[in-house]
Amino acid sequence: MTAQSQIYAGGFADPEFEAQTVFRTLMDCFARPGTIGRLTALATPPSPLGMATGAVALTLCDHDTPVWLSPALVKSAAPNWIAFHTGGPVIELKDEARFAFVERDGAVPGFDQFALGTAEYPDRSTTLVVEVEALTGGRPFIGRGPGIKDEVVIAPKGLPDLFLDLWAANRALFPRGIDLVLTAEESVLCLPRTTRLSIKG
Amino acid sequence: MNDLATYNFAYLDEQTKRMIRRAILKAIAIPGYQVPFASREMPMPYGWGTGGVQVTASILGPDDVLKVIDQGADDTTNAVSIRAFFQKVANVAVTTKTKEATIIQTRHRIPEEPLRESQTLVYQVPIPEPLRFLEPRETETRKMHALEEYGLMHVKLYEDIARNGHIATTYAYPVKVEGRYVMDPSPTPKFDNPKMHRSEALQLFGAGREKRIYAVPPYTQVVSLDFEDHPFEIQKFDRPCALCCAENVYLDEVVLDDRGGRMFVCSDTDHCEDRRCAGHAGPMLAIEEAAE
Amino acid sequence: MYVAVKGGEAAIQNAHRLLADRRRGDRSLPAITIEQVVQQLGLAVDRVMAEASLYDRSLAALAVRQARGDMIEAIFILRAYRTTLPRFGSSEPIDTARMKIERRISATYKDLPGGQLLGPTFDYTHRLLDPSLLGDGAVAEPARKEPGEAVMRVSDILDSDGLIEGDGTMPEGHVPGDLTREPMEFPMPRDLRLQALARGDEGFLLALAYSTQRGYGRTHPFVGEIRIGEVEVELDVPELGFAVSLGVIRVTECQMVNQFKGSANEPPQFTRGYGLVFGQSERKAMSMSLVDRALRTEEFGEDIVAPAQDQEFVISHADNVQATGFVEHLKLPHYVDFQAELNLVRRMRRDYETARDGEGDMKEAAE
Repeated sequence: MTAQSQIYAGGFADPEFEAQTVFRTLMDCFARPGTIGRLTALATPPSPLGMATGAVALTLCDHDTPVWLSPALVKSAAPNWIAFHTGGPVIELKDEARFAFVERDGAVPGFDQFALGTAEYPDRSTTLVVEVEALTGGRPFIGRGPGIKDEVVIAPKGLPDLFLDLWAANRALFPRGIDLVLTAEESVLCLPRTTRLSIKG
Repeated sequence: MNDLATYNFAYLDEQTKRMIRRAILKAIAIPGYQVPFASREMPMPYGWGTGGVQVTASILGPDDVLKVIDQGADDTTNAVSIRAFFQKVANVAVTTKTKEATIIQTRHRIPEEPLRESQTLVYQVPIPEPLRFLEPRETETRKMHALEEYGLMHVKLYEDIARNGHIATTYAYPVKVEGRYVMDPSPTPKFDNPKMHRSEALQLFGAGREKRIYAVPPYTQVVSLDFEDHPFEIQKFDRPCALCCAENVYLDEVVLDDRGGRMFVCSDTDHCEDRRCAGHAGPMLAIEEAAE
Repeated sequence: MYVAVKGGEAAIQNAHRLLADRRRGDRSLPAITIEQVVQQLGLAVDRVMAEASLYDRSLAALAVRQARGDMIEAIFILRAYRTTLPRFGSSEPIDTARMKIERRISATYKDLPGGQLLGPTFDYTHRLLDPSLLGDGAVAEPARKEPGEAVMRVSDILDSDGLIEGDGTMPEGHVPGDLTREPMEFPMPRDLRLQALARGDEGFLLALAYSTQRGYGRTHPFVGEIRIGEVEVELDVPELGFAVSLGVIRVTECQMVNQFKGSANEPPQFTRGYGLVFGQSERKAMSMSLVDRALRTEEFGEDIVAPAQDQEFVISHADNVQATGFVEHLKLPHYVDFQAELNLVRRMRRDYETARDGEGDMKEAAE
């Protein structure tokens, strides 16, 4: 595929209904942190943007949502793909981004560099979408908090080494803070800022 | 002018749905916090469920089964009207059975049947700000939430006690969500407050005129405000439902004649019907059936 | 005997059939056409367009007919339609200096370039019921003047002498807000406030404007100018490199000149209140400009002492579709909440009676 055709292809075939099903999976996964949701509609964005990540972008981004992309994504065809399919303006300032995307194995910036919301408007924070190697098979964490009956075990593979510290610092900012969507292949796992994580075992 | 009737699936355009969906996700991430959203003008009046309708329209898919209740009943006129709206604009399957619904839009009640994980309850909210009647200014109440400054609310409840010997708030009774935000549960009777606590279902709240969306995720702590010496308590009825004999449910008072005749029946019509189908019969049931 | 209320659906359908019947009225009379409403009830059409924020005379007329002449209902119908329309872009600001003027008056100057032009006004008509309108008598052709040169604004006359504050410039790159697309937030910048006022209820704004004249936030206003006429709406098309005309709309503009402000850094100047409304509606444009000026109280370092100066109060209550919805929602069933209150009142009365009887017993015991 040429670079040009990559940009125009790969969107939803039936945007109205596909965006709805992706959103419902995201909503369920945010409401039940730790649940792995398999998306029933996917995008085929240009590499290194993944299928699930692309579907999240198509579902939630538009003209009103400034988007930050990791350095590797900025160099790829991703900015043009996002601009063409969503209209989301790609920006450089992390703390003005409503959504931020990091590709698999890409360096994840410190969460506090993104928009964290204010005490009056904690909702004005970045939702960070990070693609990982897999949503299972990694180091297990125990999650607790709203949406979780007692506790849930999550074990995404390919998280940054300092993830737990970063997340604890983010949790400490509550009600401010970022919200996180982890993606791998066709699935998502969501961590709202309310989820408390600890090492299992 | 002939193309007037071509509307999108579930009425709202895709950009509006995206905006509402983003607000819903943030609302879930900050339980009890009111997310401002750019509420649209809907083809039904403000104050008649436009917030709930926008939330439902943004989450609804072709596989959903929708139930709409007002005052606990499926056949109240506004519930009928909203249900008909979604049948028309989304061609969605509808039900009156709480058990069968995936999305339940409600005004003023929570169904008696405990909700399950696969269900979402959407509340229609008139005034989302629990502090509004103590402080009319949005700029001030927003600060109070930011600073977690809820003293005024406790003072109000305490004044009730001083005047009446008990808290005189019977509906829209304020709750604290996950130990942080004080939230208005919408004008449900306080009888329903305990059902919100650690509910299996996701609860979404839409206030169209006031342009706010908020949420209580499943298994989230929802505590009704009270005092140690005046603990929160729910309404009790001293008799069961006259039609299905149910106890510990919320009852409507029905005036039977002009000589003081009254009966008390389930406000949740589906619950009542279910019980009657299962053979429970209250003293007035035979009379009602005879009349039909 | 108890029969449960059922069949809400059938009741609604029957109510709507009856509504349609009442709307049509006596079938032996011809139905009123949309074009007749547009032509002969033009000011009703104007008000619906203004408060629905949608310029379309035919659709507004349809809404008026559908609403049986209920203005707020018609505004509501048109707004609900407007919501569903896709946005292709934002037009360039209209230039009212280039207006094709049909009416233009100034209260601040006796005569001025371009002159005073009364236009189609009710002013100076004697409000006597006119029996000739019972029939369809011939109406004489009006005297017409060829539309001439653009007429200078009165505010520009003052401005050229530096006697009035500037025309409210916005910062470079400022994108005008849109209340119908973004959540409201207070304090609200002036562009959004003006939008809220432009679509606000005429009656509410009139009452607020009146209150400022009676001392509830006085602004010492003079009508610098009211002009009514047609302006062109243009859309900038980046691909073409120039703006293309989308058509012509009629608007009413009011520039109110208010008492001065000055500071150590700035010499005393008159201040402005601004009103701009779709169609011909002088009452609305004047009220809007008075309320706009009143809402700028804080900007001029004045204290907020009156309702018309309080933006959260004014903006939150100016929208008649919101207001009518919430006031009228009280007719929806509230019996669940009422039951809760009923139980409480009964309990409080029991407590009261117990306490009273208790007192009685104590008295008896003491006697």
